[in-house]
Amino acid sequence: MPVLELREVRKRYASGTLALDGVSLAVEEARVLVLLGTSGSGKTTALKTMNGLVTPDAGEVFVLGREVRAWDPIALRRRIGYVIQEAGLLPHLSVAANVELVPRLLGWPADRRRARTRELLGLVGLPPDRYGAAMPAQLSGGERQRVGLARALGADPPLLLMDEPFGALDPLTRRRLQDEFKELQQRLGKTVVLVTHDVPEALRLAHQVAVMDLGRVVQRGTPENVRERPEPGFVADFVRAALP
Amino acid sequence: MGFAAFAAERRAEILALTAEHVVLVLVATTIAVAIGLPLGIALTRSPRLARPVLALTSVAQTIPSLALFGFLIPLPFIGGVGARSAIVALALYALLPILRNTYTGLLQVDRAVLEAATGMGMTAGQRLRMVELPLALPVILAGVRVATVVAVGTATIAAAIGAGGLGTYVFRGLATVDTRLILAGAIPAAVLALAADALLGALERARRPGRGAAWLAAAVAAALALALATSALRGGREPGRRPVVVGSKNFTEQVVLGEILAALLEARGFEVRRRLNLGGTTLCDAALRAGQVDLYVEYTGTALTEILKRPAQRDPARVYAEAAEAYAAVGVRVGEPLGFDNSYALVVRRGEAESRGWRRISDLAPDAGGLRVGLFGEFLEREDGMPGLLRAYGLRFGRPPIEMDLGLLYQALAGGQVDLVVGSATDGLIAALDLVVLEDDRRYFPPYDAVPVMNAASLGAHPGLEDAVRALGGRIDAATMRRLNHAVDGEHRPAAAVAREFLRGAELVQD
Repeated sequence: MPVLELREVRKRYASGTLALDGVSLAVEEARVLVLLGTSGSGKTTALKTMNGLVTPDAGEVFVLGREVRAWDPIALRRRIGYVIQEAGLLPHLSVAANVELVPRLLGWPADRRRARTRELLGLVGLPPDRYGAAMPAQLSGGERQRVGLARALGADPPLLLMDEPFGALDPLTRRRLQDEFKELQQRLGKTVVLVTHDVPEALRLAHQVAVMDLGRVVQRGTPENVRERPEPGFVADFVRAALP
Repeated sequence: MGFAAFAAERRAEILALTAEHVVLVLVATTIAVAIGLPLGIALTRSPRLARPVLALTSVAQTIPSLALFGFLIPLPFIGGVGARSAIVALALYALLPILRNTYTGLLQVDRAVLEAATGMGMTAGQRLRMVELPLALPVILAGVRVATVVAVGTATIAAAIGAGGLGTYVFRGLATVDTRLILAGAIPAAVLALAADALLGALERARRPGRGAAWLAAAVAAALALALATSALRGGREPGRRPVVVGSKNFTEQVVLGEILAALLEARGFEVRRRLNLGGTTLCDAALRAGQVDLYVEYTGTALTEILKRPAQRDPARVYAEAAEAYAAVGVRVGEPLGFDNSYALVVRRGEAESRGWRRISDLAPDAGGLRVGLFGEFLEREDGMPGLLRAYGLRFGRPPIEMDLGLLYQALAGGQVDLVVGSATDGLIAALDLVVLEDDRRYFPPYDAVPVMNAASLGAHPGLEDAVRALGGRIDAATMRRLNHAVDGEHRPAAAVAREFLRGAELVQD
């Protein structure tokens, strides 16, 4: 049974935009699903239906075996790691305080939180003694993104949602973080849904790719599938434009 | 005596007034924060309410403080004469910057950060406490800072309603034209404002303003608890019976008369509370009728036309009888006249009066077009004021009159900033500054006999009070009053000492 599944999900915003026009998706445990598309394709909206930040007008969203509406949204979000572009770190809290935020919300005792924070900072390649007390504004973009990932892993959630997590980085840093992420994902066995508009990134990180356009999934398959046999029309144009 | 020596001599009183001032500001600002912060948060949650509520608060801020006091005096719980009304008014003025900054500060928090916080599984309350408020804190603190600094300045007005604070010196100084008194009030107030600004400014720029704000809030709470405890202790020592409250308006003669009444009653065994220097006739009357002040000295002409809204009269006996009758209907008893008539007076510089041949008011008519007239606001509105004066003498002034505080008028006249002021006949400064009074040759001004006015219900509650006040009847003539006024205005002697000396000299009290 998939860890996460969308069935015929529709969403129209109050502004009238039809953001999701019957989207169906599924991710198996310990796999990476990449939602690939241009801006305005509906990929971020689809991601936000998974942690209840967006409520669908129609269709069903199953997360960890239960329909989203049956979850207490707070409890649901605490079981899902959430990483966004520029990391969304709380600017008034130190790196360590950011990382231990979800454990704190869950009421972990202080010493357990501290141990977990050190472990996580080490895991994402930031020596805790050097970075723990730093403020987000003092970090580089890559370091902030690492902290964001460490924070998402805080309470050891089975599922990670990542929205353009490497979007704001220079190409070199971006490439290194992608490699580290892939290695970490395999080691920890997390289920991941990742949103990007970057075709090489999608093909490099995904087990499954879902290409989205105008609120619909226009092609679903393995990276090889999408690269070698793109659907004629939008997918073919999009992939060809991005790959030499 | 120079200012330094003066300040050193009054050190203890200056410190006490400064402490009163600080307590007024702290209590008012704390109340404003306690209301403004939750209200500002609520407004971000219901944006449709935000505009009307913010507009309403802005309007509240434009109400002049004296007008606000007029509304507050008769109100139960939040009103009255004294600190409560002042605190309510100050809190109302402090509310706007705190409310607006809380509201805008919260709206300015980055939406992406908020979404990240929600996505992590924060409840609405956790998000507010852990994310929104900490991020909005510098802006909120800026609002508190503005509110506090403004409150330090505005709190001087508290003296107008008997709430004490440094304004007591400022107003007394203005009333008696004593620069040292004004400075002794104004300088500590300025220092307080700068200190509050620096302290809260440092807090705003602190790396962790949240922690500093928490410390400051704790310190303020401790200071307030201490102030409340001391005032409760002081209150505890008072006997059960309510003291007699003596009021006065905010000019020298009134303060001297208030001190005379107070000292006389004290000598007769009454416990007395002084509420002197209240900001004007309307305030005194409202306080008297509300029972916040038990007695003060009013003038029959003022009572009849301005307070009781009857047409002006020329015959002193009829004015007295009619005022007493109308007062009785609103629960106020009029005592025996003190013995002098403090009519309005048109006052000019002696030199100019001699060179232009002005002796009577009617002599002014040919020169009126070029004269600059100074007066205090009341006179423009009164039934027996400016419009009638112009009609009676056919005067046409070339430019609109300049409104000033009563205490500043004679200085302005002596200094040549105005050429003619409307003052009162018993002002001590008239002689002190070498000014002359023009004769009211057409008998325009109605009589203004000084009379004690007393709250009838209070007379019942304090047996013997009316008899004690009656002892003053006919004992102060115009020359005596002018001499007493001059002792304060010209010789800069404390009004209380001048009052005691008069009572001893007139053998109204024994040594």
